[in-house]
Amino acid sequence: MVALPEPAAAGAGWEPFLPGWIVLLPLLGFLVNGAAALLAPGRKAIPTWVGPGVIGLSFLIVLANLVSILGAGAAEPVVRSYWTWIAAGDFEVAAALQIDRLSIVMALVVTGVSFLIHVYSVGYMGADPGYARYFAYLNLFVFFMLVLVLAANFPVLFVGWEGVGLCSYLLIGFWFQEPAKAAAGLKAFIVNRIGDFGFLVGLFMLFAYTGSLNFQQVFAAAPQAFTYGSAAITITTLFLFLGCVGKSAQIPLYVWLPDAMHGPTPVSALIHAATMVTAGVYLVARASVLFALAPFTSGLVAGVGALTALFAASIALQQFDIKRVIAYSTISQLGYMFAGVGVGAYAAGIFHLFTHAFFKALLFLAAGAVIHGLHHAWARVGKHPTEDEVQDLRNMGGLRDALPWTSWTAWAGALALAGIFPFAGFFSKDEIIWSVGARGLTILWAVLLLTAALTAFYVARWAAMTFSGETRVPGDVRRHVHEAPTVMMVPLILLAAGSLVAGWLNVAPGLPFLPGVSRFHDFLAPVFEQAEAIWLAHAGEFEHVAPVGGDEGLWAIVTLALAGGVLYAVFLRVSARRLLPAARAPEPSGFARLLYRKWYVDELYDRFIVRPVLRASDVFWRVVDQGLIDGVFVNGSGAASRAAGWALSRLQTGDVSTYVVAVLVGVLILLAAALGG
Amino acid sequence: MLTESLLLSAFLFTIGVAGVLLRRNAIIIFMCIEIMLNAVNLAFIALSRYVGIEGQIFVFFVMVVAAAEAAVGLAIIIAIFRHYESVDIQNFNLLRW
Amino acid sequence: MLTAIVGGLAHNLSYFYHSHLVLTTLVFFPLLGVAFCLALRPEQARWVALGTSLAEFGLSLPLFWTFRVGDPGFQNVTKAAWIRDWGIAYAVGVDGISLLLILLTTFLTPLAILSTWEYVTRRTRAYYAMMLLLLTGMVGVFVALDMFLFYVFWEIMLVPMYFIIGVWGHERRIYAAMKFILYTALGSLLMLVAIVGMFWLTMQRSGAPSFAYLDWLRVTVPSGLQLWLFLAFALAFAIKVPLVPFHTWLPDAHVEAPTAGSVILAGVLLKMGVYGFLRFAIPFFPNVALDARVAMAFLVLALLGILYAAWVAAVQPDAKKLIAYTSVAHLGFIMVGLFAMTSQSVQGGILQSVNHGISTGALFILAGFLYERRHTREIAAFGGLAAVVPLLSASLVIVALSSIGLPSLNGFVGEFLILLGAFRTHPWVTVLATLGVVFAAYYLLPMVRRIVWNPLDKEENRTLRDLSRRELAIMLPLVAMIVLLGVYPRPFLDRIGPSADAFVTVIRADAWAIEKGQPRVAVSPPARAARPRAQPAQPRVRPEEPPRGSQPGERPAR
Repeated sequence: MVALPEPAAAGAGWEPFLPGWIVLLPLLGFLVNGAAALLAPGRKAIPTWVGPGVIGLSFLIVLANLVSILGAGAAEPVVRSYWTWIAAGDFEVAAALQIDRLSIVMALVVTGVSFLIHVYSVGYMGADPGYARYFAYLNLFVFFMLVLVLAANFPVLFVGWEGVGLCSYLLIGFWFQEPAKAAAGLKAFIVNRIGDFGFLVGLFMLFAYTGSLNFQQVFAAAPQAFTYGSAAITITTLFLFLGCVGKSAQIPLYVWLPDAMHGPTPVSALIHAATMVTAGVYLVARASVLFALAPFTSGLVAGVGALTALFAASIALQQFDIKRVIAYSTISQLGYMFAGVGVGAYAAGIFHLFTHAFFKALLFLAAGAVIHGLHHAWARVGKHPTEDEVQDLRNMGGLRDALPWTSWTAWAGALALAGIFPFAGFFSKDEIIWSVGARGLTILWAVLLLTAALTAFYVARWAAMTFSGETRVPGDVRRHVHEAPTVMMVPLILLAAGSLVAGWLNVAPGLPFLPGVSRFHDFLAPVFEQAEAIWLAHAGEFEHVAPVGGDEGLWAIVTLALAGGVLYAVFLRVSARRLLPAARAPEPSGFARLLYRKWYVDELYDRFIVRPVLRASDVFWRVVDQGLIDGVFVNGSGAASRAAGWALSRLQTGDVSTYVVAVLVGVLILLAAALGG
Repeated sequence: MLTESLLLSAFLFTIGVAGVLLRRNAIIIFMCIEIMLNAVNLAFIALSRYVGIEGQIFVFFVMVVAAAEAAVGLAIIIAIFRHYESVDIQNFNLLRW
Repeated sequence: MLTAIVGGLAHNLSYFYHSHLVLTTLVFFPLLGVAFCLALRPEQARWVALGTSLAEFGLSLPLFWTFRVGDPGFQNVTKAAWIRDWGIAYAVGVDGISLLLILLTTFLTPLAILSTWEYVTRRTRAYYAMMLLLLTGMVGVFVALDMFLFYVFWEIMLVPMYFIIGVWGHERRIYAAMKFILYTALGSLLMLVAIVGMFWLTMQRSGAPSFAYLDWLRVTVPSGLQLWLFLAFALAFAIKVPLVPFHTWLPDAHVEAPTAGSVILAGVLLKMGVYGFLRFAIPFFPNVALDARVAMAFLVLALLGILYAAWVAAVQPDAKKLIAYTSVAHLGFIMVGLFAMTSQSVQGGILQSVNHGISTGALFILAGFLYERRHTREIAAFGGLAAVVPLLSASLVIVALSSIGLPSLNGFVGEFLILLGAFRTHPWVTVLATLGVVFAAYYLLPMVRRIVWNPLDKEENRTLRDLSRRELAIMLPLVAMIVLLGVYPRPFLDRIGPSADAFVTVIRADAWAIEKGQPRVAVSPPARAARPRAQPAQPRVRPEEPPRGSQPGERPAR
């Protein structure tokens, strides 16, 4: 057990180092690259240096802050307020950043992984005509992501929250000329907006109950403003969780993420694996006090997380797109994180987020390297490959020899994802499974165990179909498949190293044969102190046994054996099997087809939500607006007055004598009335 | 004295109304209108002796209006005559609808 | 010598901006332009119009700083008898509610004039004269503090708009212009009846005829009458806003009007409905407006506007019509803010009026750019423009994002404040209104996708030219304001805040007083409202003041 010294007063005078520049640098990068994209798209030197450069500098500043926090032992959050953003009546929020241990960890993940992916992109996107535009979007994304994690209040967090959604929209549809890609971006944005609706309502409720939206005030006021388990806090957190469900692609709003794979692969790695999609987990952890006060919501968070983990993993079993398998795996792993934060194991959830960022980014970048290699090979033989030809697993196989580095790093990521010791995933996933079990949630615990086995299954299938067995790449193309350039390989190697060592930051004390290390937990402990106190008071201590008996160590070994066994078996079987290329392969049958068709969820949504909404829109417009209001009321009254005018105009004969008689009669009537009255 | 004057005025006015209603020649109708106006003038003057000077003032207004009306009205009638070669009002119903 | 001149000039300028002179000038200055437009040669008219409107904007801009922040009452007021026997006066003034709307008007007009710089070729003199006349009418509506004067400006404004749609519009312009004028005239006439009614009531209560706005505020309307008078005012403004189901004139008018007409219509004219509610309908009859049933009725209509218009917008094949329906949805948000009657929601409503003017104005201008290039408004005629016209596409994306309320752009600040405040008094309505946030993406982004993204498959689109300098000169100020209002809305909120807060407190206190049969609290500022009631009523409008050397914003320049 290596615990950090935690002197209470030591952190009081701690000053963050240039916190504003952490977010400002990527914004500057965006402006420079954006200007370059509009004015001088041909000058690639600008984005090449500015794009990764600003992120690298940001990363260094974050690192400096981390070191100084460690040095000073600062536990209290420091808020830097720059200007009053919105103030009206008793409501006031500032454009303010909060530097504390949680936000600095998140910022570290964001800037670190982003930097590597930016560097990788220099190689991957080098030949694209939209190179400058790509880096502009990517820098803008990092800016918003940093705003999200460093925000000191909910509205500023929401700026980042929506901003990353915007960048995701722009980057998914980066190759906008292809309708499917533009459509995927749109789908992502709209589905995310459904989540944002929940987020906003959650904010309104928080403000109505606590009178503030600043983190520190809200969290300080929450225990008094809300009673434990009351309807108010439950509904508030449910709405907030709806936001998380949208952003982090959980059931039922996960549908946008697989489609988001239409974006460039580095984007999938950065946005749809390592950073943006984890924002929901971050929010639950950040608002841990609120979720701790709402046991029902927390239970739901854990339940949705576990269910999503299983569900997405099941779909991943039968997908053939090299990126979609990993996309479903991301959804599944996010489910794990939610299961962790849902049972109050906040540090464990964030730890899995942290390790997942490494190995999932790695898997995507490796997939990118494969696609890149195949693409170039096809180009070399003078053909423009379809997306299936470079992304379908059935068109790969045996690439280990042509792409040795990619193959090895991909396997490192795969083992980490499968939770194989000593890779990072083993430590973080084990901790979540154990935490769920320790709360006595037998079903969820079993679901997560089963999912661990499924994870091993699909990732082994994925790696084996890509790199092992007989190659299914056409012969003339095969000869031209080469490893990606160094600028792409270095990030892969660094991430592989990260996947190997990141887990060792936190080794659960219950694991046998290993020294207990809790650096990560101890570092984040002050952030979750308040929430954990609430859990402790109402739900008690974590039980150190699994629901069916046996301690953590035993079940860790069982999980490891299960995952390892499945992994090895699948690897052997898939490597040995002769597979048909995608064009000739039959569609899977039976249950596999159900999985291949993703449980038909997209079709269900289309049938029961999308099309009815569109049809209702049409009815509203043509029937209500044009028919009823305009047709009957507006033009109807116009027609009625015209008809009345026509009828009355018949009285006007144009014959002067008739008029005179009428006048005379009128005068006589008036006279009679005047005299008679 | 007043009674006689008012009776004369009423008599003239009735002649005017009857003329307007019964005759078809535009000129004659026009003259009948003048007769009506002058009948009213007569009544005004007769009454002004008992009521006050305003009646006589008003007569001037009526005369001015009558003069203006005569000018415009005759012009219209002449224009119509040029068009139809007739001043029978039954021929002109252009103002219908 | 020079310092003396500069000092004297500064002194005079300071006097100008602290008295009614600035407002009077703003109202009547464009008429000078009208005269020049008509007098000069046709090809000079547009320059006159542009110069006049730019000068007007330049004149109005310092008002933003000379305006006394923190004072909820009227500033720069004057009152000069006009038709004495009927108590009609020339009375003008500006407060936090109208200040930004005036500036919005003067800001949008030059841009609108520029937007049809080359489009209008027939009867140019008349066209530009109409635009400037419209400017007079609009500014007049926002500054008038006399109900008669207000009504005059209100009607003046309709005439040029009628002609702009009817003469320089697109194919179905006559139908659209008729619909516009009939709808609005119906509302105006009802309002006229209510104004006459209020006038007689005022006369009955105080014994002297008066059309002064501030006098009317003190009249307690008999309870049998107040609902009807309120409804008469409300209907006039509801048509203008427009609230569903009085909105069908808007899509037609917007679609058929030339770009400048659409911009002014969406940017300013709709705000007059909002302004009317804020300034007249609600303050005259506070207890009606606060009545749970009435408030709920209006909230439900506003909500209908948000959701229904969003759905209808989503299926429009015509870009301008789609944008027109988004206006209905956005104005629904503003109305929710007004009738929720909290400090945040009202401030948000006013700010959102400005935001909507900028964003939707910009959207119409962009639709106009597209129309001028392809002579069609069909969304389906475009596609893949990002590859051909990057600047235009980028502008369209930014403006659309601002319109759907992306945080850090202007639309969000207003919407957020509205909903945040409204949640306190009407949580369910707010939750449903927040759904509008989802729908905003559902109707606008598909349009962006079909115009900007997607394959570039139409041959005609390959040769489109990007924004010209003139077009850039229009878009840049708009985009700058979109970002400024999104990132640093504080100076704007500072100016709206006191008046809006006073509005909410006075309306609530007033409604209470009327219910209890006590004299009305009346008249905006709480400082004055708190004054002992025994004090005899004074004319609330200050006589012309001498220049106040001690005012903030006025530095003695010696």
